[in-house]
Amino acid sequence: MAHPVTSTLTPAPHRTRSGLALGRLARRPEAGSFLGLVAVLLFFGLFGGSAFTSAAGTASWLNIASEIGIIALPIGLLMIAGELDISVGAVIPAASLTAAIVSGHYGLPNWLGITAALGLGLAVGFLNGLFVTRTTIPSLTITIGTMFLTMGLTLGLTVKIAGSTGVSLVPDPLTKLIFGDYLGGMFQVTILWWVVFVIGLFWLLHISPIGNWIYALGGDKESARNVGIPTKRLTIGLFMLSGFSAAFVGVSEVMVYQSAQVLAGQSFIFNSIMCVVIGGVLLTGGFGSIVGIVFGTITFSIVNQGIYFTSMDPNIGSVIIGALLLIAVLTNDTFRQLALSYSSKKGPQS
Amino acid sequence: MNDKPAILELKSVNKSFGPIDVLHDISLRVRAGEVLCLLGDNGAGKSTLIKTLAGVHKPTSGQILMDGQPVTFTGPSDAQGRGIATVHQFGGTFPLMSIGRSFFVGVEPTKGWGPFKIYDRKRANEIAVKAVRDFGITRIDDGDRLVGGLSGGERQSLAIARAVYFGARVLILDEPTAALGVKQASHVLRIVNESKKRGLAVVFITHQVMHAMTVGDHFAVLIRGAIADDFRKGQRSREEITDLMAGGETMAGLEAQVEGYMAEHEGHPPSFQVLEGSAAP
Repeated sequence: MAHPVTSTLTPAPHRTRSGLALGRLARRPEAGSFLGLVAVLLFFGLFGGSAFTSAAGTASWLNIASEIGIIALPIGLLMIAGELDISVGAVIPAASLTAAIVSGHYGLPNWLGITAALGLGLAVGFLNGLFVTRTTIPSLTITIGTMFLTMGLTLGLTVKIAGSTGVSLVPDPLTKLIFGDYLGGMFQVTILWWVVFVIGLFWLLHISPIGNWIYALGGDKESARNVGIPTKRLTIGLFMLSGFSAAFVGVSEVMVYQSAQVLAGQSFIFNSIMCVVIGGVLLTGGFGSIVGIVFGTITFSIVNQGIYFTSMDPNIGSVIIGALLLIAVLTNDTFRQLALSYSSKKGPQS
Repeated sequence: MNDKPAILELKSVNKSFGPIDVLHDISLRVRAGEVLCLLGDNGAGKSTLIKTLAGVHKPTSGQILMDGQPVTFTGPSDAQGRGIATVHQFGGTFPLMSIGRSFFVGVEPTKGWGPFKIYDRKRANEIAVKAVRDFGITRIDDGDRLVGGLSGGERQSLAIARAVYFGARVLILDEPTAALGVKQASHVLRIVNESKKRGLAVVFITHQVMHAMTVGDHFAVLIRGAIADDFRKGQRSREEITDLMAGGETMAGLEAQVEGYMAEHEGHPPSFQVLEGSAAP
């Protein structure tokens, strides 16, 4: 479609920049999660002592954050688009075991195992997307279904092929370097991969035009379709992205720990959703940001790990995370209202 | 009077869903620079008519003509492609998107090359803000504002400005003033007038007779799926139109009835049942 862009755009009267920066920031989706992150950092910096702020202390939560983070990002995109994906919890161990069986049990090259594992993630994502777009069943229900399907098949096939529920795999040096290495002896290489995912998905959501489609899809699916956005392809693509990311984490795990277990990965389901919600993404879709999801992930991981550096009962950690989630939802609501009610005070009432 | 050929015309259109007939023998025409007001009470078939015009429903029989040529819309996007834009009651449907983003949703302006095309936020905001301001809504000056933060009238204006920007020739406004206050409604009416001046054909659906009479050139009253009356500006009084829409039962008659009852019952107004009972045939 042609855009009749006139060359003489009369610029709208812009208010002065000064004094607006703060207000502008407060209206962003990540405003609430940023405050949460600062609070949590201060709290554990104070009570966790030097052990928490040391390199080893930082590595402990950063390693956790990187794995959850890689999954939380596409889950966040799905939530912005108005969908949920529970099946990631089953895709992680399924991908680990696929890689371990192909490359460990059968002794085939590592790249083949990795390709098979990532392909499996894409396939589960494709199925999720297909079911969601072809039926009117909510994605929550569909992905619970595919989660159990994947879980059952993983368990059944693993026992049948390998004879046990765990399969070990010793990666070749190059694969180990790419997926399972520790930088400085403590920082998982997964952290770098997380950075890659953050940059890539930041591009997708905030810079490329497709990001606009994702927001529109979550805002109003019907209108999005009416303006010509390929809603079905976009939905399937987002589910494939989350399947792929879950499989990627599964592959990383098997390369780091050199073995794959059938029951790994369940904790990722709720943890990733929590990171996303703490990060300011609206559960019903249409609102959120990549930076917010990253803040949410870091906040969650710091509480999860930081608790061991304090003299507190580790069970308190869950209490804090629960409280944090509720506070996050409340403050995010407030900030969203702020963003909605904001209007320029200057200018004549037309 | 306007002698231009009709941009959009319906010729004896019927629409039925299974055994239920919703539209009977509807013939309408709307010309460039003209506002056709479709008046009708709830359930008169207005929404089915809009959806037929917008390509959502296909007529069971009868013809749709554009510029005198018979057309068949394959779907809403086909109708949009031919320049028929529908603006619904609540205007912008993406409340949590910015003005610039929602203005260009689906047709985002980009800069850059190949796979590195990026969404041109600055240009989108500038164009969107300018388009709305050209329609006289000067309070909108920041394309980063969320649509949900606009007033109902501003949202409608944004949606209309968007349709016009993307080359709409026929603007279908579905109850644009229904949920608005007096002042907001007058904004929208002004924008309807502005669209008319720019040579658009406007189909204005409403049940508010005053709003219709303010901007309308041509009126059609819809009752139970059929056109009960079809007239031009100045040919009917407001009372006549209201009476028609209420289904022939005159407002004046109703008033007389109420007054009579009050005179008999020491000034008490009648209960609803009394009126209904006496009005039944």
